[in-house]
Amino acid sequence: AARMFLRLLSDVQWRAAHPKWRRMTSSQRSTSTTAEPHPVSLPAQAQVVICGGGIMGTSVAYHLSKMGWKDVVLLEQGRLAAGTTRFCAGIVSTARPVSIELKMAHYSNKLYQQLEQETGVQTGYMKTGSISLAQTQDRLISLKRIASSLNVMGIPCEIISPKKVVQLHPLINIHDLVGAMYVPEDALVSSANVSLALATAASRNGVQIHERTSVSHITVQKGRVTGVETDRGRIECEYFVNCAGQWAYELGHSGEEPVHIPLHACEHFYLLTHPLKEPLSSSLPTVVDPDGRIYIRNWQGGILSGGFEKNPKPLFTEGRNQLEIQNLQEDWDHFAPLLGALLRRMPGLEALQIMQLVNCPESFTPDMRCIMGESPTARGYFVLAGMNSAGISYGGGAGKYLAEWMVNGYPSENVWPLDLKRFGTLQSSRTFLRHRVMEVMPLMCDLKVPRWDFQTGRQLRTSPLYDRLDAQGARWMEKHGFERVKYFVPPGNDLLDLDHSKTFYKPDWFDIVGSEVKCCKEAVCVIDMSSFTKFEISSTGDQALESLQYLFSNDLDVPVGHVVHTGMLNEKGGYENDCSIARLSKRSFFMISPTDQQVHCWAWLKKHLPDDSNLIMEDVTWKYTALNLIGPRAVDVLSELSYAPMTAEHFPSLFCKEMSVGYANGIRVMSITHTGEPGFVLYIPIEYALHVYNEVMNMGQKYGIRNAGYYALRSLRIEKFFAFWGQDLDAFTTPMECGREFQVKLEKGMQFLGQEALLEQKQNGVYKRFTMFILEDHDTDLDLWPWWGEPIFRNGRYVGKTTSSAYSYTLERHVCLGFVHHFDEKTGEELVVTPDFINQGEYEIDIAGQRFQAKAKLYPFSSLFTQRRRKDEVELSGYQRE
Amino acid sequence: FYLTPPQVNSILKANEYSFKVPEFDGKNVSSILGFDSNQLPANAPIEDRRSAATCLQTRGMLLGVFDGHAGCACAQAVSERLFYYIAVSLLPHETLLEIENAVESGRALLPILQWHKHPNDYFSKEASKLYFNSLRTYWQELIDLNSGETTDVREALINAFKRLDNDISLEAQVGDPNSFLNYLVLRVAFSGATACVAHVDGIDLHIANTGDSRAMLGVQEEDGSWSAVNLSYDHNAQNEHEVERVKMEHPKSEEKSLVKQDRLLGLLMPFRAFGDVKFKWSIELQKRVIESGPDQLNDNEYTKFIPPNYHTPPYLTAEPEVIHHKLRPQDKFLVLATDGLWETMHRQDVARIVGEYLTGVHHQQPIAVGGYKVTLGQMHGLLTERRARISSVFEDQNAATHLIRHAVGNNEFGTVDHERLSKMLSLPEELARMYRDDITIIVVQFNSHVIGAYQNEE
Repeated sequence: AARMFLRLLSDVQWRAAHPKWRRMTSSQRSTSTTAEPHPVSLPAQAQVVICGGGIMGTSVAYHLSKMGWKDVVLLEQGRLAAGTTRFCAGIVSTARPVSIELKMAHYSNKLYQQLEQETGVQTGYMKTGSISLAQTQDRLISLKRIASSLNVMGIPCEIISPKKVVQLHPLINIHDLVGAMYVPEDALVSSANVSLALATAASRNGVQIHERTSVSHITVQKGRVTGVETDRGRIECEYFVNCAGQWAYELGHSGEEPVHIPLHACEHFYLLTHPLKEPLSSSLPTVVDPDGRIYIRNWQGGILSGGFEKNPKPLFTEGRNQLEIQNLQEDWDHFAPLLGALLRRMPGLEALQIMQLVNCPESFTPDMRCIMGESPTARGYFVLAGMNSAGISYGGGAGKYLAEWMVNGYPSENVWPLDLKRFGTLQSSRTFLRHRVMEVMPLMCDLKVPRWDFQTGRQLRTSPLYDRLDAQGARWMEKHGFERVKYFVPPGNDLLDLDHSKTFYKPDWFDIVGSEVKCCKEAVCVIDMSSFTKFEISSTGDQALESLQYLFSNDLDVPVGHVVHTGMLNEKGGYENDCSIARLSKRSFFMISPTDQQVHCWAWLKKHLPDDSNLIMEDVTWKYTALNLIGPRAVDVLSELSYAPMTAEHFPSLFCKEMSVGYANGIRVMSITHTGEPGFVLYIPIEYALHVYNEVMNMGQKYGIRNAGYYALRSLRIEKFFAFWGQDLDAFTTPMECGREFQVKLEKGMQFLGQEALLEQKQNGVYKRFTMFILEDHDTDLDLWPWWGEPIFRNGRYVGKTTSSAYSYTLERHVCLGFVHHFDEKTGEELVVTPDFINQGEYEIDIAGQRFQAKAKLYPFSSLFTQRRRKDEVELSGYQRE
Repeated sequence: FYLTPPQVNSILKANEYSFKVPEFDGKNVSSILGFDSNQLPANAPIEDRRSAATCLQTRGMLLGVFDGHAGCACAQAVSERLFYYIAVSLLPHETLLEIENAVESGRALLPILQWHKHPNDYFSKEASKLYFNSLRTYWQELIDLNSGETTDVREALINAFKRLDNDISLEAQVGDPNSFLNYLVLRVAFSGATACVAHVDGIDLHIANTGDSRAMLGVQEEDGSWSAVNLSYDHNAQNEHEVERVKMEHPKSEEKSLVKQDRLLGLLMPFRAFGDVKFKWSIELQKRVIESGPDQLNDNEYTKFIPPNYHTPPYLTAEPEVIHHKLRPQDKFLVLATDGLWETMHRQDVARIVGEYLTGVHHQQPIAVGGYKVTLGQMHGLLTERRARISSVFEDQNAATHLIRHAVGNNEFGTVDHERLSKMLSLPEELARMYRDDITIIVVQFNSHVIGAYQNEE
């Protein structure tokens, strides 16, 4: 039965109809001998070698060749489109919560639609539309949020009533539904044929395709890809693209220098049936019932239905394993709950005859987002894998972005959420991946609410104070493997358990965080911020200063002991990183960056710093515990502990000094707090951490000191209009666009990266502006809370999206941060955004379809807080991302 | 009066405990996957005890069941103390010295055992100091005796058993100024307990048994069927060798009175036991201790009663019989249980029930659609039925609970009869003891892969 199915899906069609690319690769032989293995020998060299002939590999090849890179070889260990791609359910769905994924799916849809015309290969493309069902109000809210972002992208989409659902799909039982979302342009394809169509087009453009060729490993010299070893010989190449799907992890580990690609396969089941008595129309919409954990599409007059069960079965943990491959059988007992959900949703299908239960492994990643980009350790080594079972939806767009990345140096959109460099080696332990994907796969269907933390793979990196803080009621979240405190639950307080705390409304920790914020404003709080990435860069001569001056936009040639906030910009002036750099001595610098910059920033510096043995860079993240003392009394605590005057005359803002605290010497104290509040950050060698913490807490008692967490910090920084890198700032945002000209020294006497772009912006104006919105008619207790990604409307027209939000306990209002664009009313063309344009608009923020009035502010502002401190204007930096 | 299935389950599961051994604890790979244990009381309070612990200073794991009689005091004391005596007996000289030095200088002690306890398995707080002092005296003697030889497990087990029984006896003779403790040590000494203890280290399995609890190995034959291998001999009247031994140890004149009605001196079922000083001390010693003891002891008819034909004590010993077995890959599990189980079930049945439970044979063959014509509705019905069946048979998450369910509820066909189970469990306290005894079971599951690997190494 299995064999029959495979043929049905793809084989027969493409072999017979489209031998074209095959003939091109097998030059001397006629097309009738296609079964002959290895008709042509491999080329000795190529510019690009792609490993993997699934949807990802063929899409990358297609886009590379379209962009003019034709010296490309695609290698497939078996047959083209014969892996996961062949088994893929073929649903192209744009209903994605993450905006970049949504864009990829949208592009894929448009691409597939015209692919048949372009290539002549039948792709089975059928615009059926999709219906996502909501069994609960919370689910409906999450659908409404997606609908809002689809609408502003111009993708038709509507929230419909259960009654309307029946009109669209007569088989659906609607009795338990509260609503649904209808996306009429979603489509179905034969995924294998899409792959073959892409391969055919690529082949016509000159890409060489070789089947039955296994890549054994990649050779890397001096940090650059030099070639690929295969079972049929070696190919010298400049670029390698790992599109090996579920084998990408293993392939990444096969070379001498491992490339960590954190993904793990799970078994995935779907059901195929014979046609109904009255065969289902091939234009019937696809149904997604996330609360039932299933999807249902029409398939050859019958249905195809699968789902994401609560108890997934991970496999290939120990690598490729013939035994496990053979054991990939139908497991009906495992499928039983999904079958139950299917029959509940479509009771009329009881009498439908089963054809087969297909078991096709899918690969999942630690954060449910796919993996693309260049290896931080091997230049020219690119990756595109880990599709979390949405490969066909992402295939087109992901291939396009990766091709742009290779050809232009960066894709046309911000893909940081998908960048391989968001992970480090720490996410690539097999045990971690196995446990994490067992959590991730069920999450595919779970409600995605704000402030969700993964529960598996925790307590990996911790501060030395972890146990102390935990004993005091700390609740934890994780960033880049590091445990960070969200807030402290006072003794006697009981919060809801995890499942019940999921909400789109006011969360149960509201008052707890409120009191932490109050303490930061009125007394002093301690926040453990040890997770920040910390580098030390030094040199024997002036190399360090010179190199850093080139890489950073602010002037680093400051007196020793000064701290500088600066962006690390790319050529287009966009933020690759946003950091604080302290000049420790003439020749050494201490650099603090966001937690998830550890891999990316290191790779960026390695790439751009001269290869000079006198220039030393060290990752000292693990060496220091960072305690942030926030609040007006921080100065009192610290001066009592150090017997040193800490007042503004002696210790001005943005200053760094090594001093003793308690018995401990050599504590790096910096007068920054990342919040705009007064205070200090103490960088403490880890063995002193407990001592200093104890001293601070003891001494602080009389000043009302208490512990605080990142939620308080977040509220503080957002109400002060501080931007986070990774959330608000990205590689497509320049300092000019977020009111940070003062952190750029255009005339610092030497060139720096991004300078030209900034000069041009200064001349011509910016096309978006970072703006703060204070919600006016929003009821904190009763209304939905903003999160991020909410559309912003100016005078009723869409102008951009929010990037972060928080409740400001000081203003007693919600604050959203986001970018405002200016689209021409007629052409949609982007126009320059002036401060006047911002100030003269009436604004609304759309939260799940409901619009709230908002007041817009540009940075810097003056009237918000009665007690304004001068240094607020100087210090403008925040690193945290939720 | 009828108990519903959930009520039955809550009774059966009240004392269940499971422990999964981490595959790799940082030092070595364990041949044990984990164990399940449970107990069902018939006496009120229950007189059985159980213990399980991992040796931290040497390798291996200790598991044991203890069946008390004439009260639970002795079984309780043995369950708390015996593993420490065994662990100490196994320790190398240097470790003993290290521990002694730590105690001497008031430093923190190396942990010796990691206990795996059900919340109902308690340790006596009041006696811990007393117990500790006795244990310390023991290791001090071991230090003085330093033979320089590596410790043999068999010898260690025998020494530990004998030493603990000796200490129990001594503590009762010496007494304690604290009246509560004084009464406690006397109750411990005048009650009794059998012990069946397993020590597992790699493929070396040692069973030390004193009394009529039993250790049984579940072996899976090549054809998949299950068989039982005894790893202990009952010390009671049914065991000829045991009767022979007792007779050898006493003059011919006592031959007739030694074993009467299958009991030692016509009174005691097990022929070996901890405590039971009434069968160990001279009459004079018994009288002296009772007279100087607290009033409660004097008022107790049982303790004051001297066994008939009591001429040449001791009649009873705590010395265990030790059996060593090298584990093989086909050895899948070990059952340690008090006689409450073995009275109701044959070991072959025990092996089969546990074996099938652990391997999930009842999980039937997987379904394959193959060429059959099956509709979604039919398949759904079939799967629902399968799940219902599985959940009724395998509602137990614990092999020991599963075994108890069978032991108490089995009908003549060897399947669990809910009505019978309900009746047996709802017996009033005073009747329960007449229909069944306390049952305590530990099921240890072995890791065949690890055992196979060990074998290959040897």
